Amino acid sequence: MKLPRIRIFKESVNRSTAGNVAIFIILLLFAAFFLLPVIYVIMSAFKPLDEILIFPPRFFVRHPTTTNFTQLGIYVNDFWVPLSRYIFNSVFMTVLGVGGGLVFGSMAAYPLSKHKFPGKAVFNQIIVLSLLFSAAVTEVPRYIVMSVMGLIDTQWSIILPACGATLGLYLMRNFIGQINNSMIEAARIDGCSEFGIYNKIIMPNVKPAWLTVLVLTFNTTWNNQGTTFIYTENLKGLANIITQLNSGGTARLGLAAAATLIMMLPPMIFFLFSQNMIVETMSTSGLKE
Amino acid sequence: MENSLTLNKKKSVWKRIKSNVSSYVMIAPFGIFFILFWMIPVIGAIFLSFTSFNMLELPVWAGLSNYQRMLLEDDVFFTVLSNTIVFAVVTGPLGYIFSFFFAWLINDMGRILRPIFTFFFYAPTLAGATYMVWTFLFSNNQYGFLNGTLMNLGLISEPVLWLSDETIVMYVIIIVQLWLSLGTGFLAFIAGFQSMDKSLFEAGAIDGVKNRWQELRYITIPQMAPQLMFSAVMQISATFAVGDIIMALAGSPTTNYAADVLVTYMKDLSTVRFELGYACTVATFLFILMIILNNIITTVLRKYSTDD
Repeated sequence: MKLPRIRIFKESVNRSTAGNVAIFIILLLFAAFFLLPVIYVIMSAFKPLDEILIFPPRFFVRHPTTTNFTQLGIYVNDFWVPLSRYIFNSVFMTVLGVGGGLVFGSMAAYPLSKHKFPGKAVFNQIIVLSLLFSAAVTEVPRYIVMSVMGLIDTQWSIILPACGATLGLYLMRNFIGQINNSMIEAARIDGCSEFGIYNKIIMPNVKPAWLTVLVLTFNTTWNNQGTTFIYTENLKGLANIITQLNSGGTARLGLAAAATLIMMLPPMIFFLFSQNMIVETMSTSGLKE
Repeated sequence: MENSLTLNKKKSVWKRIKSNVSSYVMIAPFGIFFILFWMIPVIGAIFLSFTSFNMLELPVWAGLSNYQRMLLEDDVFFTVLSNTIVFAVVTGPLGYIFSFFFAWLINDMGRILRPIFTFFFYAPTLAGATYMVWTFLFSNNQYGFLNGTLMNLGLISEPVLWLSDETIVMYVIIIVQLWLSLGTGFLAFIAGFQSMDKSLFEAGAIDGVKNRWQELRYITIPQMAPQLMFSAVMQISATFAVGDIIMALAGSPTTNYAADVLVTYMKDLSTVRFELGYACTVATFLFILMIILNNIITTVLRKYSTDD
């Protein structure tokens, strides 16, 4: 039996093994900086209270326990809003916001990429310019718009802006750009409507872009505390719990870490399973003018 | 004669619009949300920046008085503006360079190591709200990891007020922001490196490219111009958006506004003091600052990429 050769480094011209090893070590060192806080969260989530309040503080957990997680359930039940409600809220806002962004975004991305119509260039320029304006920067004026529309203190204040966010549209538009025109032409000759083309040709072909936008926007919506626009406790999302636990000081560190761990797992798992498709999509993300 | 020509042209534009109705219909749903929640806020902010507005009463035209106040009378604005600039000058370029440099290094790893390292470096961004962990690491009391460790080693005798001391808090936030700096731009670079045409490197080697530095300088960077542009936009966007982290770590407002930036100052003005007209003046200032910066950077990048 012949084992497949495992390549540790990329094989390419102009690469020395010594250089590759040096790069590997540099990457490991910096990976520590990026990963240690995340690992500290995981460690703290499994620490019993006496290990959290110990002096000097220890990085690693000695006697891992799941008390923090059970305590978290009890503690959260003491709020007058049950944990399940927070989870429901987060899932509800994320599914509608991310889903809306994907459906409306991809539907607009197709004509912006493949059609020729008056105003197209202007639309595309506005989209590129709008990439600059993040949610945080436009928050104050958006608050005014929301309150005029009566959306303050509703979950729509999180969901509806996510349906019009341009990063997803931009990435999908670029990705659709590389779909072969002849396929679209053929369908058009066969009498397929533009919606039909979107449905039958564009949608199946942009799956990697869908997934990428999903990972990128899921992340922001999932972690959105929404406290600027939502005041009623039983409408808020999960991220809000962490902030509350955090204000409880060191004694709550274990609980806060457990909640943080639960929060960060979904986006991480998403990313791990979709990395290839994300790379495929992002390779078309370049800004050409 | 001329009249009929423009009329004809108008007619043909109208015809083209009519024959492309489906395009507009497909853009419409997204367009409505975009206009309502992204475009109107930006344009509305510019309008409201000339008014006095407290949310309870209708806005009252105030001419340039808000701008006068901002540029001539408001000391806090200048503290906050200089914080924003210091913060942007450090974390903006560094975050951009980090994104490019680490993506470049990761690209030399093999099929197995590459996705693992990508995940490691992108993990802080994925973990999102996890930046709260820094409040434990930098806790003001002796239970904070850093304080506790330093005290145990005898380097300090009493806890350092990392998050309250005016002279320190800015550095802490810069570190946390750098930790979070590998975002969408980083992914764009990772993908850009992977999708490069391999034959270019082989051709380069024949033409006398001797090592990976020369390869980077003469082959990779010129090919990466679109990614460099996109990431620059994402980097500017992210750099000026940093507000939640500051409020979570150092409170709102921070001690004597020592670590406040334009975004958090806007929030303070609007949610605490209900001076929304003035908050919109600060917002307008920030928008203009970002657009100018974006134009400078893309011009430089475009020039650089076409020179090669």
